[in-house]
Amino acid sequence: MIRFLFKGIFRDKQRSLLPVIVATIGVMLTVTLYCWLNGFLNDSIELNARFSTGHVKIMTAPYARNIDQIPNDLALTGVDSLIIKLKNNFPGMKWEQRIHFGGLIDAPDQKGETRTQGPAIGLGIDLLSGDQSETERFNLVKSLRRGRLPSHQGEILMSELFSQKLKVNPGDTVTLIGSTMNGSMAMYNYTVAGTIVFGTPAMDQGSVIIDLKDVRAALDMNDAAGEITGYLPGNYYDDKVAEQVVNRFNKLFPPSDDMYAPIITTLRKQNNLGQVMDQISQVGGLVVFVFVLSMSLVFWNAGLLGGLRRYIEFGTRLAIGEDYSHIYRTMIYESVLIGIAGSFTGTLIGLILSLYLQNHGLDIGSMMKSSSIMMPSVFHARITLPAFFIGFIPGLLSTITGTALSGIGIYKRKTAQLFKELEA
Amino acid sequence: MRKITIPMILLCVSTNAQNPSAREIIEKVDRNMSAESRVFTSKMIIHNPRNTRTIESKSWSMGENKSFTEYISPPREQGTKMLKLDNLLWIFSPETDRIIQISGHMLRQSVMGSDLSYEDMMEDPHLLNHYNGKVDGEEKIADRNCWVITLIANTADVAYQTQKIWVDKDRFIPLRKDLYAKSGVLLKKMELSEVLLIQGRWYPKKILFKDVLKEGDGTEFQIMDIEFNTKIPDYVFSKASLKK
Repeated sequence: MIRFLFKGIFRDKQRSLLPVIVATIGVMLTVTLYCWLNGFLNDSIELNARFSTGHVKIMTAPYARNIDQIPNDLALTGVDSLIIKLKNNFPGMKWEQRIHFGGLIDAPDQKGETRTQGPAIGLGIDLLSGDQSETERFNLVKSLRRGRLPSHQGEILMSELFSQKLKVNPGDTVTLIGSTMNGSMAMYNYTVAGTIVFGTPAMDQGSVIIDLKDVRAALDMNDAAGEITGYLPGNYYDDKVAEQVVNRFNKLFPPSDDMYAPIITTLRKQNNLGQVMDQISQVGGLVVFVFVLSMSLVFWNAGLLGGLRRYIEFGTRLAIGEDYSHIYRTMIYESVLIGIAGSFTGTLIGLILSLYLQNHGLDIGSMMKSSSIMMPSVFHARITLPAFFIGFIPGLLSTITGTALSGIGIYKRKTAQLFKELEA
Repeated sequence: MRKITIPMILLCVSTNAQNPSAREIIEKVDRNMSAESRVFTSKMIIHNPRNTRTIESKSWSMGENKSFTEYISPPREQGTKMLKLDNLLWIFSPETDRIIQISGHMLRQSVMGSDLSYEDMMEDPHLLNHYNGKVDGEEKIADRNCWVITLIANTADVAYQTQKIWVDKDRFIPLRKDLYAKSGVLLKKMELSEVLLIQGRWYPKKILFKDVLKEGDGTEFQIMDIEFNTKIPDYVFSKASLKK
């Protein structure tokens, strides 16, 4: 029976071509859009996790409250022993100490007088201990535009745009003017080792990256860090696992009266990322719903048109004694075959497109030149397991639903009038 | 009638003689607090919420607009020098061997994380040159009778638009100051104590600064020794002296 129907569909192009094309396009769009949204969410989350939030982050409570002001006077102290404790209790996780700071980068002239100055946002990370985790996390090797990565104490990386603004080149000496943990003025000389492009407009405008030890020396933050970021095993954010880490941490470090005691928070609870994640997930659901609805309408319409085209055929079949329900069933079976063919082709093309976007991404940097939000300028799609059926099932369902709706018309044909209709 | 009027006039004259005008009080305060030149060593004890730090420095100042400070301790700050000429400030850090200039609103930033701004630390303004005063009344501060005077700035180049000062009636030295911004917001409180007679003038050896917008218990500014109206060579107030 299926073979018979399949031959019918295959030989009558008018019966199959348009519905298959419509199903293919719809499913392809759904799969691509789903993978794109997934990738958008993942890129945004991972960018935030790598640069800012970690999968979990440890700070002091007052630091967390005033985090926008980068209040290093409220930083964690005794972090070396804290890190040892964390490594012992969460063996699969990676823990990184970081110091964010603000200040001025002052470039001198030949006499040592100020030639030019610019406000900088700085980040102190582990660059020189031999552990390459932070270098990889910040993608520094690929981000390098000029010069090289720091290999000795006293060397820094500057964003390419910032270096151009200050007319500073690799090998030049600049002075960081900032504030120590105690509020004193801090002045420290660094040699520019290289320039980098972060790919994030907010960071490309005036950032410097310095080895943690150098920042500690400059800002008088020995054994202190603004924050400790934690990364889950597999380096992929999972909200449930992150919450388990939080619960275990809170048992290890129960709330105390010390206002500078460490507290922990998940990525989801930072930078409104929870809200963003929920919204994108809702949009994903909405996209699938709209797709199923619109495709059902399209297939309903296509079914009605097909019904008109096959009016005589159905009439003849009824006249020679075929049952209403049999014709209706064969129509449904046909739609299943068309749905499978269209959904399969659509899913395949959608996945190929998504794979391309996953590997190459889409650069929207030109639209974000003045953006101050931490967002990647190149968005990649991300293929996950649901992508294989997120378009396929709705594609199949909508084809069947459309045909089922349009096929009801068969039951309205009256056998008494069939020959009159056929004679006409 | 004449019998009543004459004693009344006499009473008014005598009351006026007992209550000097705000201008007279400020003049006397300036005579105590300001000098043609000053050389002093001081100690700042900064009470931050997390720790207490002590910073020692030696300062030279001439008139209202020239000032030079060299930090003596702790080791991290040792050798840091600051030169202030009018509204410009240069800071030399021995670590970087660089002289950095700061100006404008940066002068109102905290010095070494203390409750003092660069202006507080390095300026010696004659109150009479910058403020109009009004006596508001009398109050007791630390068991001493004081005039309460409100000072309103008559020039734009002052750090505090309004000051409320409590001036010791006998020694004409402020024992307390409340410093306000143009908006009327209280910025800082100062308590002046350990008033000693030094070179014929009353002078407070200890001042507690409290920046009310900052956490912590304030900064004690202690004068270790001070000399007034000594001759200071001109080169002290030059950028060349920063690197010496």
